[in-house]
Amino acid sequence: MPESVITILDLAIGGLLLGAIYALIAMGLSLQYGVARVLNIAHGEFIMIGAFATYTLYTVFGINPLLTLVIVGPIIFVIGFLLHRTMFRRLSITAPTPDAYEASSLLATFGLLFIIQNLALIGWGATPRAYSYLNFGVNIGGAVFTANRLVILGFAVAIGVGFYLFLIRTRMGKAIRAAAQDAKTAGLMGVNINLVLAICFGLGAVLAAVAGTLMSMRISLTPTIGLNYTVISIIIIVLGGLGSIPGSFIGGFILGIIGTVVTYYNPSLSLAAYYFIFVMLLLVRPKGIFGK
Amino acid sequence: MDISVFGSRKLWVAGLALLILVALATLPFYGSLYMTILMTAILMYIIITVSWVIFSGPSGYLSLASAAFFGIGIYASAILLPTTGAVLPVLVVVLIAGALSFVVAVLVGFLTLRLRGIYFAIFTFGLVELIKQFLLFWEFEVTHTRGRYVLLVDSRTIFYIMLGIFVALILTAYFIRNSKFGLALRSIGENEAAAAHSGVNVTMVKVITFGISAVFMGMAGAIMATRWTYVDPYIAFNPFFSFMPVLMAVFGGLGQFYGPIVGATIFAYLEEVLLTTFPYYYMLIFGCVLVATMLFMPKGFTGLIQKGWKRVSGGQQHANT
Repeated sequence: MPESVITILDLAIGGLLLGAIYALIAMGLSLQYGVARVLNIAHGEFIMIGAFATYTLYTVFGINPLLTLVIVGPIIFVIGFLLHRTMFRRLSITAPTPDAYEASSLLATFGLLFIIQNLALIGWGATPRAYSYLNFGVNIGGAVFTANRLVILGFAVAIGVGFYLFLIRTRMGKAIRAAAQDAKTAGLMGVNINLVLAICFGLGAVLAAVAGTLMSMRISLTPTIGLNYTVISIIIIVLGGLGSIPGSFIGGFILGIIGTVVTYYNPSLSLAAYYFIFVMLLLVRPKGIFGK
Repeated sequence: MDISVFGSRKLWVAGLALLILVALATLPFYGSLYMTILMTAILMYIIITVSWVIFSGPSGYLSLASAAFFGIGIYASAILLPTTGAVLPVLVVVLIAGALSFVVAVLVGFLTLRLRGIYFAIFTFGLVELIKQFLLFWEFEVTHTRGRYVLLVDSRTIFYIMLGIFVALILTAYFIRNSKFGLALRSIGENEAAAAHSGVNVTMVKVITFGISAVFMGMAGAIMATRWTYVDPYIAFNPFFSFMPVLMAVFGGLGQFYGPIVGATIFAYLEEVLLTTFPYYYMLIFGCVLVATMLFMPKGFTGLIQKGWKRVSGGQQHANT
């Protein structure tokens, strides 16, 4: 194969990989903000927790990172569910208006960010950590990819599609979509709205943690990686239209591909490119590409 | 309400303020050097917090751009006050930094203050990162440097400039609060459409206030840079300085004029005491206090004290909304 085709293939796989991860974390935040109305600034901290849990389970107990997905998922779900049941439920009862609830829950998640991040700093320290898993080359038509990249891509897409099917095909998924459109009316139609919102928050945290588990195979981990991913998720959900779950899925891939291409030309510009897109988007079309 | 009682209370408050001011102004003469430096840090946090409150308190727009304006001040100082060959006096640089922050804030304000609610918060947060990433790119690709060293300035000079900014800010905040301008700003916070229909030039009021609040953050950043002596984009545009004023103000209580000052003082002091020895525990405590504040004392620390005082003194009025 000619050199340029290999480069394009490499960029395409890289872009899809990053995009799939971004899509997962953005769908998670989209559930939390779009449905549960909590703009969770601590979203990235759940990614970090997922990544560190995987690291510890792998290096200390030798548990396969892919098996960790099934361990971390339910635990984080329970944590997220309880957080919503206790903290955000109380805030929503005491807030006089929906706007006031959005502001107070945003500030409360700042607090969560500080708590989770510093607990992790106390527990794991600030030195970067990494482990090696499935770290060998696979040859696809002349281009060589590390196996773990392909595994991450496969799992991220499978989880994303599985989650989408859950939303479309199941009764709970229907209730979530109804709550996303209009929580109050959904409640009047017999949806147990408080339960649905808590489940949404829990599922959002799970998507973040699962993405963290997958990512941990390839990045170096410090307890402070979270905030960057929170910001990227926010950019994506604005890109896809606040509250639109398909929008965040597609937006994730768009940003992932742009990020990979920009990184290829100049690594120091990728974050700047995200912010530039974001700022322009807010000025020109704040409803997002897929927003109504 | 009896007018004479009101008048005497006002006099009492003014007297107390003057007393505090005198105590602060003479601090370098009776206090240790450490006291002066500690007070400088406390004043810095009060300045950022109160200038955040000037705009975001009454208008209801949650701004997370504080770090951007603070950082602009820091970088202005870093460029205009190099360790060797600085031409401009420190005070002039501080004023230039304030003017620069004002200009950026007004430009940003015109572009973005039409964004409502959460969009504005997200945008202002993005602004900090955008400037940071741009500067990082600039230093990496164009100037091939990493960070800058800033002229070393005497601690007392820094303290007095900080105190000057503080006094100017308190006077500005007081006048805005008690003027028609402040009333217009509050009416925007309550109902923007209604304010516009009552003849308030909504855009102008918002943009000007946003600019004014940025002036003080910029000036504080400029003088703080001379205290830190080394700055790079990560130090200057740290999102921490966007969250801090919000948290300090909310903790102190937005209901009273002095609430944010109390909040900023408590946390600035705690930071100074705890941050060097137990950095993680300080931030952990900070997070817990914030969550607890949001959950159990939405009116902040001063709101809680007032409520408690009313209960103790057996006052007739109930603490209503």
